Amino acid sequence: MSDLSNKKPETGAFFQRDRAWHAPALTPGYKTSVLRSPQKALLSLDGTISEITGPVFGHSILGELDNDLIHNFARPGESAIGERIIVHGRVLDERGKPVPGALLEFWQANAGGRYRHKKETYLAPLDPNFGGCGRAITDEEGGYRFRTIRPGPYPWPNGVNDWRPAHIHFSIFGHGFAQRLITQMYFEGDPMIWKCPIVTTIPDRRAIEQLIAPLDWANTIPMDARAYKFDIVLRGRRSTLFENRLEGN
Amino acid sequence: MVQNLGYLKESPSQTAGPYVHIGCTPNFAGITGVYETDLGSSMVNDKTLGERITVRGRVIDGAGTPLKDAVVEIWQADAAGLYNSPSELRGAADPNFSGWGRCPTSADEGVFTFETVKPGRVPYKDGRRMAPHITFWIVARGINIGLHTRMYFADEPEANAEDPLLARIEHRHRVATLVAPREGSIYTFDIHLQGENETVFLDI
Repeated sequence: MSDLSNKKPETGAFFQRDRAWHAPALTPGYKTSVLRSPQKALLSLDGTISEITGPVFGHSILGELDNDLIHNFARPGESAIGERIIVHGRVLDERGKPVPGALLEFWQANAGGRYRHKKETYLAPLDPNFGGCGRAITDEEGGYRFRTIRPGPYPWPNGVNDWRPAHIHFSIFGHGFAQRLITQMYFEGDPMIWKCPIVTTIPDRRAIEQLIAPLDWANTIPMDARAYKFDIVLRGRRSTLFENRLEGN
Repeated sequence: MVQNLGYLKESPSQTAGPYVHIGCTPNFAGITGVYETDLGSSMVNDKTLGERITVRGRVIDGAGTPLKDAVVEIWQADAAGLYNSPSELRGAADPNFSGWGRCPTSADEGVFTFETVKPGRVPYKDGRRMAPHITFWIVARGINIGLHTRMYFADEPEANAEDPLLARIEHRHRVATLVAPREGSIYTFDIHLQGENETVFLDI
């Protein structure tokens, strides 16, 4: 779909996923997972060309305001209400290498915790100037950034009194379909994080901490917006030094 | 002591949630004017090479109820068996075919639909040819990490019989969960998340 650079594309198979680091499929505290989790074991498959390859998107798909959620749905001259923030970071792979050309899509509730979605019935009002979606493509160093308002927590029908912490959803495309990932970003210091049955589907506290973005004072813009830094790690891939087999060594 | 390998850990997955459409298919969610079209809503154009097919189906939970809030993505080779990806080094794929599609399951019946072409065969890692297939990735509320599977074609019995992945399925009656029946130009691929007819999901 696009020529990202003149670097030789990588074609090694991806490191296997550490499924003890990720949440298991069945996490009864998150009730919807009970009927939506496979009960049989996954069939393991070392990456073939069907998984090593994946769609890559060019900057031509991006509109001027795609990474500005404060303005991309707002009427001319107006802006979304809420705490103005910048979210930025890098997309790296497990080897620490930047992932350029990664498409990130993000979505979130407004400052009051209300989503612009027909199935959403929370009584907090919609913000007429806030849609809640945005996207960006990483630069050569794997960097991305967008501007938004900080989302509010919202209640959800799981337990009687469950509330999601403030969060932004991220969908990420790396270079291979096996890297496809959807996750959520949380905010440093939010006491709701450790009460949340979705957060705690992840068994390892260090893995949860990987999803908590710290306040980034250095990148905070005076009199304008505070910054949060959120780095994302995608699966690494084996080297292709030994190309006696089609998938690498 | 030895050197530290120095690898990072992959960011852990979280569910896409019920409002995944806001970010991935905003026009479908009624959020218009931000993106011209929903990404992945069209895979082909007038010039795309190959046999036009429709792939449709549902994602069904452990109680037999179709999910009406799932998003399904597919990734496949073009009619000649080439992927439209920078990591494809065997040749140039059809420039009029994206190879990637994304479709939410409908709010009424829970059906996803892709207008695409039948993929050509691609090599397995030892050089054997795999049967034509489409890679699926399913996310939804209640799914903590996206589920990978493959759809094969019921009208390719010989290719399916020699497919290296299908050959590895120990419980042979489960092979059928990956093979979509054909009616005219329509293939129907129902994905069962759980239970008796549970689809074979992959750790890829």
